[in-house]
Amino acid sequence: MTWIRDLLDPKVRRWEEMYRNRWQHDSETRSTHGVNCTGGCSWIVYVKEGIVTWEMQATDYPALEAGLPRHEPRGCQRGICFSWHVYAPTRVKYPYLRGVLADLWARARAEHADPVEAWASIVEDEVSRSAYQQARGKGGLRRATWEEALDLVAASLLYTAKRYGPDRVIGFSPIPAMSMVSYAAGSRFLQLFGGALLSFYDLYADFPPASPETWGEKTDAPESADWFNSKYIVVAGSNLSMTRTPDVHFAAEARHHGAKLVVLSPDFSQVSKYADWWLPVTAGMDGALFLAVSHVLLKEFHAERDVPYFTGYLRRYSDAPFLVVLEPGPAGHVPGRMLRASELARYRGEEHAEWKPLVLDRLSGEPRMPQGSIGFRWQKEPGRWNLEPRDGQDGAEIDPVLTFLGERDAVEQVTFAEPGASRTLLRGVPVRHLETVGGQVAVTTVLDLLMAQFGVARGLEGDYPQGYDDAEAPYTPAWQERYTGIGRNTVVQLAREWAATAERTNGKCTVIIGSGVNHWYHANLHYRAAITPLVLCGCVGVSGGGLAHYTGQEKLAPTASWSALAMALDWGAPPRLQNGPSFHYVHSDQWRYEREAPEAPPAAGKFARSHTLDHQVDAVRRGWLPFYPQFDRSPIELLREAERAGARSEPEVVRWVAEQLRTRALRFAVEDPDAPENWPRVWLIWRANALLSSAKGHEYFLRHYLGLDGNAVADADAAEETVHEAVFRHPAPRGKLDLVVDVNFRMDTSALYADVVLPAATWYEKDDLNTTDLHSYIHPLGAAVPPCWESRTDWDTFKALAERVSALARDHFPEPFREVVATPLLHDTPDELAQPEVRDWVRGECDPIPGRTMPHLSVVARDYPNLHRRFCALGPRLREEGVEDRGVHIPVGDLYDAYARSAPSTEWNGVRMPSLARATEAANVVLHFAPETNGEVAWRGFQVQERRVGLPLADLAEPYRGVSYDFLAVTKQPRRILTSPCWSGITNGGRAYTSFAINVERLVPWRTLTGRQHLYLDHAAYRAFGEALPAFKPRIDAAGAGALLRSGSVPGITLNCVTPHGKWHMHTTYYDNLRMLTLSRGVEPFWLNDADAAQIGVADNDWVEVFNDNGVVVTRAVVTARVPRGLTIFYHAPERTISFPKSPLRRNRRGGGHNSLTRMRLKPVLMVGGYAQLCYRFNDYGPPSSDRDTWVVVRRLEGAPLFY
Amino acid sequence: MDVRAQVSMVFHLDKCIGCHTCSIACKNLWTDRRGAEYMWWNNVETKPGTGYPTLYEDQEKYRGGWEAGAGRPRLKLGGRLAELARIFHNPRLPALDDYYEPWTYRYDQLIGAPPSDDQPVATPVSLVTGEDMKIEAGPNWDDDLGGSSIYAAADPNVEALTDSERGQLLAFERLVFFYLPRICNHCLNPGCLAACPAGAIYKRGEDGIVLVSQHKCRGWRMCISGCPYKKTYFNWANGKAEKCILCYPRQETQQVPACMHSCVGRIRYLGVLLYDAERLAATAALPDAELVEAQRALILDPFDPEIAAAAREAGMPEAILEAARRSPVFQFVKRFRLALPHHPEFRTLPMLFYVPPLLPVMATVSDGHYEVTPELLSSLDASRLPLRYLAAMFTAGEVAPIVEVYRKLVAARLYQRATTVGDVPRESATHALEEAGLSAQDAEEIYRLTALASFEERFVVPPFFREGAIESVEDVHEHQEEEGAGFLRPPRRGW
Repeated sequence: MTWIRDLLDPKVRRWEEMYRNRWQHDSETRSTHGVNCTGGCSWIVYVKEGIVTWEMQATDYPALEAGLPRHEPRGCQRGICFSWHVYAPTRVKYPYLRGVLADLWARARAEHADPVEAWASIVEDEVSRSAYQQARGKGGLRRATWEEALDLVAASLLYTAKRYGPDRVIGFSPIPAMSMVSYAAGSRFLQLFGGALLSFYDLYADFPPASPETWGEKTDAPESADWFNSKYIVVAGSNLSMTRTPDVHFAAEARHHGAKLVVLSPDFSQVSKYADWWLPVTAGMDGALFLAVSHVLLKEFHAERDVPYFTGYLRRYSDAPFLVVLEPGPAGHVPGRMLRASELARYRGEEHAEWKPLVLDRLSGEPRMPQGSIGFRWQKEPGRWNLEPRDGQDGAEIDPVLTFLGERDAVEQVTFAEPGASRTLLRGVPVRHLETVGGQVAVTTVLDLLMAQFGVARGLEGDYPQGYDDAEAPYTPAWQERYTGIGRNTVVQLAREWAATAERTNGKCTVIIGSGVNHWYHANLHYRAAITPLVLCGCVGVSGGGLAHYTGQEKLAPTASWSALAMALDWGAPPRLQNGPSFHYVHSDQWRYEREAPEAPPAAGKFARSHTLDHQVDAVRRGWLPFYPQFDRSPIELLREAERAGARSEPEVVRWVAEQLRTRALRFAVEDPDAPENWPRVWLIWRANALLSSAKGHEYFLRHYLGLDGNAVADADAAEETVHEAVFRHPAPRGKLDLVVDVNFRMDTSALYADVVLPAATWYEKDDLNTTDLHSYIHPLGAAVPPCWESRTDWDTFKALAERVSALARDHFPEPFREVVATPLLHDTPDELAQPEVRDWVRGECDPIPGRTMPHLSVVARDYPNLHRRFCALGPRLREEGVEDRGVHIPVGDLYDAYARSAPSTEWNGVRMPSLARATEAANVVLHFAPETNGEVAWRGFQVQERRVGLPLADLAEPYRGVSYDFLAVTKQPRRILTSPCWSGITNGGRAYTSFAINVERLVPWRTLTGRQHLYLDHAAYRAFGEALPAFKPRIDAAGAGALLRSGSVPGITLNCVTPHGKWHMHTTYYDNLRMLTLSRGVEPFWLNDADAAQIGVADNDWVEVFNDNGVVVTRAVVTARVPRGLTIFYHAPERTISFPKSPLRRNRRGGGHNSLTRMRLKPVLMVGGYAQLCYRFNDYGPPSSDRDTWVVVRRLEGAPLFY
Repeated sequence: MDVRAQVSMVFHLDKCIGCHTCSIACKNLWTDRRGAEYMWWNNVETKPGTGYPTLYEDQEKYRGGWEAGAGRPRLKLGGRLAELARIFHNPRLPALDDYYEPWTYRYDQLIGAPPSDDQPVATPVSLVTGEDMKIEAGPNWDDDLGGSSIYAAADPNVEALTDSERGQLLAFERLVFFYLPRICNHCLNPGCLAACPAGAIYKRGEDGIVLVSQHKCRGWRMCISGCPYKKTYFNWANGKAEKCILCYPRQETQQVPACMHSCVGRIRYLGVLLYDAERLAATAALPDAELVEAQRALILDPFDPEIAAAAREAGMPEAILEAARRSPVFQFVKRFRLALPHHPEFRTLPMLFYVPPLLPVMATVSDGHYEVTPELLSSLDASRLPLRYLAAMFTAGEVAPIVEVYRKLVAARLYQRATTVGDVPRESATHALEEAGLSAQDAEEIYRLTALASFEERFVVPPFFREGAIESVEDVHEHQEEEGAGFLRPPRRGW
């Protein structure tokens, strides 16, 4: 007899049926979570008796090449609890109206048969308008019918278009990749209507400006499987375990393949446990450490040694050998612009010569004009836009000289600024003297400037450091200690290991970087600091190498076809696309609270402006940034005025409008943002928590958009004396928005504050598509059950709204009408060559030329009565113009015709068009016309690209030319994205996607000035702000942030407050989920260091009140040793609707969310436009709204928390 | 020899993210019912920390598991008589507060809020009493060192450390943590089973899964006391004990247990181990220092022809034997000796094994600046976590087996580094392998198993021969025909 008897007898085990029955289910459907997390995980949703029961991860991703771990399973703790939301008590089941508004509407409708007139009667009456505005967010939602709600929304839209112009209607939805058809539903409606769509990527500060600065690309990141190819991984500002939960195994596994993992994190974060080295860099100071690494790299691996792989890489793939003119200055020479072909007699006749920078050729000893710069991209003769080392004029082979140290004509003393101090350093730089058409100039190379900037002496005279231990000289290992807290020996060893790894593996070093670095005001500099060691060691464009930035963007792979659909390009008009940060900075009046820009402006010159709004106004007038509303009057009315003035053709109208602007008879709306005619009026929100988690400066949103008080105590007139280019009005307007419409499945903060809430289908109730950066598959959202209760898919919601608008428009806009649309100078178009110099037409420095010195102006025809028909059909312009992404135009006319014959279609005016009436039809159109999902389209795109580049490329698509996925195919199994001419990775043969592989391996230039990776930015603004070279600027301190001017006297402890991603939610999504709240602490707490907490008498789980001039949050504290002193972490992002009490400090009003503590600050240098890679593109360029330079006071909450 | 098969597990802690996806997969499937809300058959703990239920590892407090006896172990709780005396009052039972009081929120206060002068909010309410409540505890309360000076400091495993080592674990520059996911260990010598007065708990003969019969359970709760891991729970709504069932309904249909399927860190492995049941009692009674090795010895090599013959003789199907040979658990536990049982001194012979985590190297602070120990990779000598801490958790205090495991983990990485980069000299990698007792091929296989193993390799679910089990109750063909017509209330003849 044994100790423990096993039981085999099934007769006595019949009860086991119980759990078997629990497990049984009726159907399984593939879907995913349309949440802004970059996970892109395929899930199987289980349904039993028509009810969604639970979900499990799909594990059937096609394998990558041998030797790589697989992408399975994908899906995290947040995703797996989504089924809770489908039937949760927070579920929005029916349409709701704010009760006060519902009453007003009922009364108005009783008096006015016409809904538009009814709406007018409400909003034109200040009493009634104010009545429902004041009720926002304070309960009293009332169930309505869809008909009632759509009537009201459609009426508000038509009223606004009629009274103010359609550009007073705005829409917001983030991250199309997470459910691209649902995003396209609203954006397509909006663009057909003429409204403005707001960006998200830069609004979230997730967009890394250093990426376009360096590569001319918003972001292009390796898929997570490529981390496994890396041999040295530095993780900075990215808590992989939290934010890349389904991907972090690749990092963990790479270590077992011999990779070293170094984690830079101010706190002992979750990913720190994986590290070989955890380096607690002071928050917001990462740049200093990376710059010191580059100091060591430049000294030991470039100056003291010649590593052929590194120098070969720099010569071919970077701007390091390009010539920079040294301009004489008062103290010493100053690095100036890159020397251009237009300045040399030999090349001055070249097309776009001023856009073709030069190098010095070792073979001829002469300056030469390498192919591949941006001038070659847009010249008439194709075939020379490539990275072959040849002269663009005669095709002669060239070998660019990297440094003039050996063969110099002279050594000039050049001035360099010391970060965070006023000291100017003079350092010797080797130069050559060249004869230009303007006389002799001194030039040096970018690499020589880098050596000097980083303080690598190389035997040259000047203020060079004595060695690594020279703590006073910028960028030495000893210098960085004061900012980062990390010792010099560690930094030196890191640099040496890094370079040794790169040298032995040809560049297999990776920096995985994220919002912990990117959300700071000077993020672009921190990123460039991290990019520099990658470029210096040849890591970019290499499998297992490069910058892996993942923050929020969630790559939408089939962009070319999708953007046609989403921006209604198939019907023609240039879309109104606005960068969110500028929009909200201006319209939510956050600029008014800012006395001056957070960093000192240049002492003199064009950029010596004290207030950021002045830069913003300049940027709009110069065509650098978009802005809506456009003008101080309706764009429909403007067109009529032009016609009355005799302008007939589009060019005549455009000329007339430009002239009105020049004479100031017409003004940009941004020049007087608080004038009622310039306010945004109706806001459509879908797939978003626009009023909270997306609303940096949330309390200002409440005050100036919604008309509530908010909890800010900051001075609303701070900017009065410092703003010069815009009108300052008294008092600051409150309640600019007439109507806020939220399409939502969750009663989140935005829904709670909206006027109209429309019930949305959840991610388990609709068909859609999903892609991400983190893997290379496309897969669907699928309807496991039909939309529950009265919810609708976003596609059906906007289709219904379009139908209602078209019906009402028969009375109000019976005929097609025309209006004027202003759009900025755009990246990946010839606009990149628009402004070789910064000249202001406003100041008479040049003529106002639309599309060159100012925004483009177009005349657009709109047809509201047929808006619904247009929404539901793929328009003929796609057939004529093809699809386009990143400057690659792909013809699809024959595909369109064939598709229209085979797919569901609609006939209108004798033209057969593919139908878009259903979401699956839209999804199929996206799949059919995208190079990433249809090999034929990819092949054609590469053919087009081959002609421009002049090198073979189509072979990349040849093996997949016959491959094409439709919606059914992706529901059966996730499908791998094909190698695409619009992207830079190569996925052939199961290779992990790595960014810029096509550039490195196929010599396709980066979309930058030189066509190479830019370490040097010669635009006048970058030189003026001291950011031409990689540099360091510290985080903004409490005083500089100006957030405690009116609240700093309350006793407590002052801390830097950061909001990294939380473990129990994705932004606010899932925050209200009971599973997540149970596994956390039932409320989002502030994490405090134990010594800091002791100082204010706070024990673990005590309630704290956290505040600054922007607002207040009341929640619990978690006291822990793993957070450093001086820092508090408030994980992004709580819903202020769950368990948040009132604030005694702020008159016992409800405490806010994380964004109650923030106020937007824009960085002026990032507004530059019309200049090569420094050119606007929606979501992909412009000043982000940073949030980490936030300072708060924390104190113990007095008394018990008060909820009601 | 009495050869038996057991579905066993390895959790590779080096790879654990602490994401809790496993916990929710389990909760969704099994325990989101009334009375079971507070149960987390699968939970994840931050170590150092006190865990869930709090301080469960402290057997001075709970008296769970076994003590060494003469030839066979004794329940720590006492013999059957002592147990019976406690049936109506058991002071060793964790109370609800030792877990946490489950809660929800008054969510209806949002959509249903009447017009008021401020924003509405959903406030917490107890799922047990329905009253407003303050949230003071949860199933994952000390996650990521939350409240470290209270919870990490009270971790029973730190008792083995010196004062300065304990201080180090709470000092910003020197601290460290890792995650410990836990499910029922499906022990060979389950304390819960032995403690059950109703005989409701049994080990399934075919796979070793330990179950509480929901028919036979009388709610005495002695299983909760008997289990030193506190992995049986009392359903307060229906009065039955419940526990992890290792997803047998999924396994019986060749699917992987939900917590393992959903493990996105890919830390989990599942497969059959063969063991010799004859030696169970003697093994569980050995002195602490011998337990780890003795449990390994209990596990049999399915590649050994003699053992295969004995297994066949015991009636084990060939397919089970084959599954045992493909078992990744066998590789980790027996072949490479990398995976260790959790608290072997509890003597339940747990069949879930853990590979300890590699952690960052130690740092020092001088002149206010932080300098790391200049090691290239995580190392044994510069470990931030004192080895005695791990020994307290995984080897009944013996440091040598921990050192052995770390030598192997570190050497396998150095070998890969030397092979794929070359900045580690091949000789030092070879030397490290030798010291760890690994061949180059071993290192490659450990790497493959750790980093590359696909879903199918990580989880080798054996066949369950359900037709055989059903046949002993009813005709399988009839079962097949009847199964689809399962009416909750079968139609009755009549008119």
